[in-house]
Amino acid sequence: MMKQEELKKGDHNVNTTTTEPMTTEMKKDSAYVVNNLNLWYGEDQALIDVNLDIKKNEVTAIIGPSGCGKSTFIKTLNRMVELVPTVRTNGEILYHGRNIFDRGYKVEDLRTSVGMVFQQPNPFPKSVYDNVAYGPRTHGIKNKKVLDEIVERSLRGAAIWDEVKDRLHENAYGLSGGQQQRLCIARTLAIEPDVILMDEPTSALDPISTLKVEELVQELKEKYSIIIVTHNMQQAARVSDKTAFFLNGEVVEFDVTDKIFSNPSDKRTEDYISGRFG
Amino acid sequence: MALPNSEFKNDKNLIDRETVSKRIKMRLQMNEVFKYVFMAGLVFALVVLSTLIYDIVTKGAGWVDLDFLRNFPSRRAERAGLYPALIGTLWLMGLIIPIVFVLGVGAAIYLEEYAPKNRLTSFIEVNISNLAGVPSIVFGLLGLTLFVRAMALGNSVIAGALTLALMSLPIVIVAAQESLRSVKQELRHASLGLGASKWQTTFNVVLPSALPGIITGIILSVSRAIGETAPLIMVGAATFISTTPSGIFSDFTALPIQIYNWTGRPQAEFQNLAAAGIIVLMTVLIAMNSVAIYIRNKYSNRN
Repeated sequence: MMKQEELKKGDHNVNTTTTEPMTTEMKKDSAYVVNNLNLWYGEDQALIDVNLDIKKNEVTAIIGPSGCGKSTFIKTLNRMVELVPTVRTNGEILYHGRNIFDRGYKVEDLRTSVGMVFQQPNPFPKSVYDNVAYGPRTHGIKNKKVLDEIVERSLRGAAIWDEVKDRLHENAYGLSGGQQQRLCIARTLAIEPDVILMDEPTSALDPISTLKVEELVQELKEKYSIIIVTHNMQQAARVSDKTAFFLNGEVVEFDVTDKIFSNPSDKRTEDYISGRFG
Repeated sequence: MALPNSEFKNDKNLIDRETVSKRIKMRLQMNEVFKYVFMAGLVFALVVLSTLIYDIVTKGAGWVDLDFLRNFPSRRAERAGLYPALIGTLWLMGLIIPIVFVLGVGAAIYLEEYAPKNRLTSFIEVNISNLAGVPSIVFGLLGLTLFVRAMALGNSVIAGALTLALMSLPIVIVAAQESLRSVKQELRHASLGLGASKWQTTFNVVLPSALPGIITGIILSVSRAIGETAPLIMVGAATFISTTPSGIFSDFTALPIQIYNWTGRPQAEFQNLAAAGIIVLMTVLIAMNSVAIYIRNKYSNRN
């Protein structure tokens, strides 16, 4: 349940307890507006009436116990979830004011401006350079000079340039796990997205690499809107501005991170963040 | 299901260390026995193979020389050569490999990457595997009906190549499917997540990773096809010919046909010629496989 005064301030206008759809007009400062999103895997409903307003240039953390639908949710935002053949959805997700489920909306188009970083680092079995240049090349950029610049800028953006600048043409599989994950972030930056989705990006990394990725997330939010699914509540508290707590496919609470962790409105949120379950 | 708690109150170990230690000797002996059983399997295959090779080399090696490679077949053994058969086989290889690559990999990509996973698809997949077990003579009959007669290609190189390609396709498709399936799903997701289309993902990410496995499948099946005699006899490869193919519609003969022809003759010299022919055929196959292995390793190293 939202606090009344915060609704007035317009910090966020998501009410998780009503199902009343929001207007289709998109607020200028919203990266995504999710209205009454429901999702089923075959007969099992994985997301129930999700309503969220995700702001631009903020880090939004999605937390919740295993199987609560947080990964499903983030994969819905770039429609990767549809790779599972039995998936059905209804409701709408507005991105730049357009419903991404619209018939004419091409997923390829959506994914050129919404980048994704996965749980396991998944570089291509190609050189560091070719990994980063993959996205732009896919979108038809052939000019060597432009590609060179994109590659350098992206690698710098992902804070890995200094580590790989002398081995740009070596296979990316030779990098450490943490470096591979930052390479994957660089690969995502190379398509010049405006939203970056991160699905538990540090779950396969050691603490030092995790720290580097977290610092990176902080830097990246200047330019990008970041939505990060995490299992690690300390991580959510450290990196995010807003936090959404998912439970059994529903958004229990969505609020400013500090508030979620210091003074949650819902008993279930409190139980979860204080480690009573999950 | 909870067991009654009383059962677990006894703290005594249920595994007796001493008995286990006694059993170790027996287990290690079995270990040794099986090692030798498997080794025997390999040794058996090697012995048979090396006997065969020894036999062929002792009979035929003396007959393999430049004239043998350059001459046309002749009734006089000392002047006989297998030039048209060698050229015919090279023609066949040159045609079969691209045909099976395009059709086989294409079919595999469709089945793995595009086709919906339903009963029809799995029915088709099972039947492709079954086709791999169909005798080659049946493919020969199919080639005779379809390519030689219905499509009026006659007893041409292309008719022979298409027939052998059809015969190789099932193995190529199954091998290509296997290697496409073994490409990690995460790589597809990475590419799709960057806005690449399915085709871009398949061509730029999936196919390069799957290529080593696909090439292995092609090596195996094309090697088999090149050694086949029966289907070529059915489509009417010439047993005696005085020209080499000048195009895909020319008459042709092939090494297995020539070898088969020589083994059928009563004179001992021709038996030796057949052995010499086998040496040439094996050399051609080894050369082809080396090239394929080279390409495969080049791609594997990048992974």
